[in-house]
Amino acid sequence: MKILVCISQVPDTSTKIVLKDNNTAINNQGITYIINPYDEWYALVRALELKEAGIASDIHLITVGKADTEPVIRKALALGGDEAIRIDADSHDPYETANYIAEYAKTVGYDLILCGKESIDYNNGAVGAMLAELLDTDYIGFATDIQVDGNTATVKREIEGGEETDTCSLPVVIVCQKGVAEARIPNMRGIMAARTRPLKVVAPGAVGSVTEILSYELPPAKAGIKMVSPDNMDELVELLHAEAKVI
Amino acid sequence: MSVIVLVEHTEGNIKKKSLEAVQYAAGIAQKTGTTVSAVVLGTLADSEMESLGQYGAQKVLHVADARLDELHARAYTSALLAAAQKEGSKIIIALHDINGRAVAPRLSAKLKAGLVAGALSYPDLDKGFVIKKAVFSGKAFAFVNITSDVKVITLMPNTFQLNKGEGKATIEKLDVSFGDKDFGVKVKEVNLIKGEIPLTDAQLVVSGGRGMKGPENWGLIENLAKELGAGTACSRPVADAHWRPHHEHVGQTGGTVRPNLYIAVGISGAIQHLAGVNGSKTIVVINKDPEAPFFKAANYGVVGDAMEILPRLTEAVKNFKQNHK
Repeated sequence: MKILVCISQVPDTSTKIVLKDNNTAINNQGITYIINPYDEWYALVRALELKEAGIASDIHLITVGKADTEPVIRKALALGGDEAIRIDADSHDPYETANYIAEYAKTVGYDLILCGKESIDYNNGAVGAMLAELLDTDYIGFATDIQVDGNTATVKREIEGGEETDTCSLPVVIVCQKGVAEARIPNMRGIMAARTRPLKVVAPGAVGSVTEILSYELPPAKAGIKMVSPDNMDELVELLHAEAKVI
Repeated sequence: MSVIVLVEHTEGNIKKKSLEAVQYAAGIAQKTGTTVSAVVLGTLADSEMESLGQYGAQKVLHVADARLDELHARAYTSALLAAAQKEGSKIIIALHDINGRAVAPRLSAKLKAGLVAGALSYPDLDKGFVIKKAVFSGKAFAFVNITSDVKVITLMPNTFQLNKGEGKATIEKLDVSFGDKDFGVKVKEVNLIKGEIPLTDAQLVVSGGRGMKGPENWGLIENLAKELGAGTACSRPVADAHWRPHHEHVGQTGGTVRPNLYIAVGISGAIQHLAGVNGSKTIVVINKDPEAPFFKAANYGVVGDAMEILPRLTEAVKNFKQNHK
């Protein structure tokens, strides 16, 4: 069984966002980039577990980005995976990203494609379901547990107002969140081995984006906090009612 | 040319957030000089569907196939495609929730249509078709222009106030010929959480952090939540320590909530946590450390011991409710 894990590079979770060029771009100076946590902690680690259990044969990692994304994909390889693919494109939206990945995936034929719930930069959470459409496969989102037996995946997933257990035939795209696996820390052996694993650079096809970001805005600062004495909770409730109008 | 909007329902009732979506669709229809066709999938009473007229839908397209009572992403996609084709629609709207996120990207890929995921505004038509959405988990906003002819939008729930009007939508049956592929995912078991407000739908949220000291103290959070009719949430360390279930974790790597009121108890307010809650309209922070960074993001603050303050606050809410009956 061949697994493809989609990896996105994102700013570290502690990043403070600063705008530049008249608010038309993010100032990336001083930003540290990491593997998108959902891709790393859940999708990638679950793929590795499936290989360790003898269920998966090959694990490929794929990312869409220019050469500056290579350190992050190497970091992902240090956790595990047999080879990495970088689609050499500066993608502008999930539509473009999904099309590049689908194009490559078709040439290999994967049984299982794993993505994280969403990337923590643009928060679209769209590439997984788009891939399923482009590859004409099933899709299971918000997964919290993934088991594979032969040609069948059994998946627990969050649904509106609860949880359900699904089964479906491979190939399938599964979008992972907390519960699927536990985060791992790469060890020295992995880091050394990652250097020798193949990282293929693939030229993108002609896709083009269907959206563009015109500008950014930072959230307005809070107008100032009102402190309430811990001995006067009636006052707090009254403020929430009369001033904030939330109760 | 009508605007298509996917409507969700549960236990015979249309969800409030879907009324928001219909109202949003109506706003866009008005701007673009067209009407709204709401798409209802599965089993629902006619009277409930007609009521969508009160929020601006002229028409309901009802795909009355009971298999659609459960989420089947491909079948939902096929149904919406059929509806859009029938109406010649260029704008398709769903919610930015589990169902919408399963369907909208598929439609986008299929129709080569630009997607705005998690819309926070109506489109600005002066500059193209520009919609505001949160990026970097709420640390910034982006203004996204959809450049394709067909447009797909998922609306962030709890973004707009509902305004109930007059009107009755007409109902049309829509027959969709589904294939086997549409139901390829087999649902084996469903566990709905009963009697608890789904966190993403909650208007009020009470959330606890490490300052709660241990899971044995969560009764205090739950009592306050119960008195308020609020959902309960927690910070990441609390979920990681298994004091609370994972689905309660809000923050950059957990869930995102946008309630009217978020009460944070014993949460210091790390940037990762703030990212998941900064869409809340009003934030109350209760913390014994006056230097906790969360106070900078709050509207109201109380410095003190949560174990003492929570029962007092619960009592105050109870008294308030009695006086405002």
